[in-house]
Amino acid sequence: MSLFDKFPAMERTDLRDLKKGIDSSFKEFSRSWGESIEAFFDPLFYFLVNFEKLLLATPWPIIIGIVAGLSYLGSRSWKLSAGAAISFLAIGYLGMWENTMSTVALISVATFICIAFGIPIGVAMSKSDRLQSFITPILDIMQTIPIFVYLLPVVMLLGIGKVPGLIAVCVYAMPPIVRLTNLGLRLVDKEILEAADAFGSNYRQRLFKVQLPLALPNIFAGVNQTIMMALAMVVIASMIGVKGLGVPVLQSIQNQYLALGMMNGLAIVALAIIFDRVSQKYGKRLQRHREGGNDV
Amino acid sequence: MSDYKIEIKNLYKIFGPNDKDMVDLVANGLGKQELLDKHRHVLGLNNVNIGILANSINVIMGLSGSGKSTLIRHINRLIEPTVGEIIVDGENVLEMDKDKIRDFRRFGASMVFQNFGLMPHRTVLENGMYGLNIQGVTSGEAEKRTKHWLNRVGLSGFEDRFPAQLSGGMQQRVGLARALATDADILLMDEAFSALDPLIRADMQAILLDLQAELHKTIVFITHDLDEALRIGDDIAILRDGELIQKGSPQNIVLKPADDYVADFTKDVNRARVLTLNTLSHEAGSKEGLALDGDLPIEQAMQQMVDSKYNLVTVMKDNKPIGQVSLRDMVGAISRPKATESGSTKTYR
Repeated sequence: MSLFDKFPAMERTDLRDLKKGIDSSFKEFSRSWGESIEAFFDPLFYFLVNFEKLLLATPWPIIIGIVAGLSYLGSRSWKLSAGAAISFLAIGYLGMWENTMSTVALISVATFICIAFGIPIGVAMSKSDRLQSFITPILDIMQTIPIFVYLLPVVMLLGIGKVPGLIAVCVYAMPPIVRLTNLGLRLVDKEILEAADAFGSNYRQRLFKVQLPLALPNIFAGVNQTIMMALAMVVIASMIGVKGLGVPVLQSIQNQYLALGMMNGLAIVALAIIFDRVSQKYGKRLQRHREGGNDV
Repeated sequence: MSDYKIEIKNLYKIFGPNDKDMVDLVANGLGKQELLDKHRHVLGLNNVNIGILANSINVIMGLSGSGKSTLIRHINRLIEPTVGEIIVDGENVLEMDKDKIRDFRRFGASMVFQNFGLMPHRTVLENGMYGLNIQGVTSGEAEKRTKHWLNRVGLSGFEDRFPAQLSGGMQQRVGLARALATDADILLMDEAFSALDPLIRADMQAILLDLQAELHKTIVFITHDLDEALRIGDDIAILRDGELIQKGSPQNIVLKPADDYVADFTKDVNRARVLTLNTLSHEAGSKEGLALDGDLPIEQAMQQMVDSKYNLVTVMKDNKPIGQVSLRDMVGAISRPKATESGSTKTYR
């Protein structure tokens, strides 16, 4: 009955050899391909670096003006716009301006990449049930696998720096926009699509004139979630050498700097709230046609 | 044959994975229920042959599940047939390739839907312009034409509203304007007024009849409501379980129901409103009666007879007498007929 006493596990030596084999072949892979993969991501690197430089080179009053202006354009609310401006003033006054600019650059670029890849993937998924059943588990993995587990191979391949950090952020933040784009497109009323077909719409007209506009509220909820998740990754990204608000937070954990941790943590929260409120208000405005009543 | 704008020939639609194999079985008399029980296929349309008259309102009627909505979707091929032909202006719609069918939908046939099918994110004007946008008409021209049709259906001043801000009747007027704006010869109306309340429905029927008097489109109108069919139809086809049961003029349907199913349909109809003097008119005798036009419904003729001292009508056409109808004929005609026979010993013209 020894079968039931002890789990029939693999021999310890075999298991060790298996792990070693995987490790060494990945090392081999990263040695031979690492450079070309790094070169492949170079444009991304320059994009991120230059965007960050641009933000840092721009005089601070202009940045605050832009922040307040964009907040107002998105939300049409003076209160929110003033709140955003005051938050940025406080951040600057407390000496966190440069780190905040780095973080804003990272989040903006990450969100941009997630949208650029996530929406087309979501569109493709909504068209094919087979593709959906293939991609959904991948999204599940991206969202639930412990971040350090995929940080390791990324760092092995690309080393420490901005690009691996950006990739880590994107892996974690992309699933919501893919999922919600897919969901939003699938929820579009069948009868409206039939009407679009009956008037002779081709695939592009149907997608851009009918499906995407009607799915926009859901897609926008996805964008919002993606931004939030990207911000949540800021501290972890700092562990692999991404500059920004995460770095001082990491330092404060290691050295028990309570005030430093608090300030930078709250700066991240302030960014999150501004991004969230503005994008939500904007999403709501996109749906104003759903309201009845005659006073719009 | 050339009077027919659309000819539907030997059309079968069977829903299921092996639909083509089932056609022979159905053609050899396998019924809907047996097909479902034995072969797990659903019979949608069973050997339908209908000629759709040009420039008139063709009503296709049946209860839910009779295949009427399936049939109308074959005309612009929103549903693919199992086998059959649909000839529009000499061309088989069912053999058109993708580009051609798209062009046919853009320019040849437009559609009005039961639940309106409006796009909630577009304003009334933008909804009306949809077909023209798809056709590639420049936006200025499209706006001008759409405004004209919105005006015709009584929606001037509502151009910037969203559909959710309109009542059902107004939404369907947008649907109608959208369909008319494309200038297609064929108008497919799938239970277009069924979702509206009775008063609004009567309004919409009046609007449609008004427009049709001027536009002379070929309209295929689906409904489950016989009163509606009789009111607007120039020609009525009745479907049951995917089969054509009877086709004819409204008077014909009411006077000579082909079977019990149709008789059942027609039993509650206000016959006096459907039948005209023409349908009852027979050889004139020597007696002179009240001179009335042949197109007058019996309901109104009876009223006029009661007001006068005649109990005989001389039926007139272009101010010439063409026959006569007695009060007795009228009473006989509005009493309920038995199925499968003419309902009266009189021979009607």
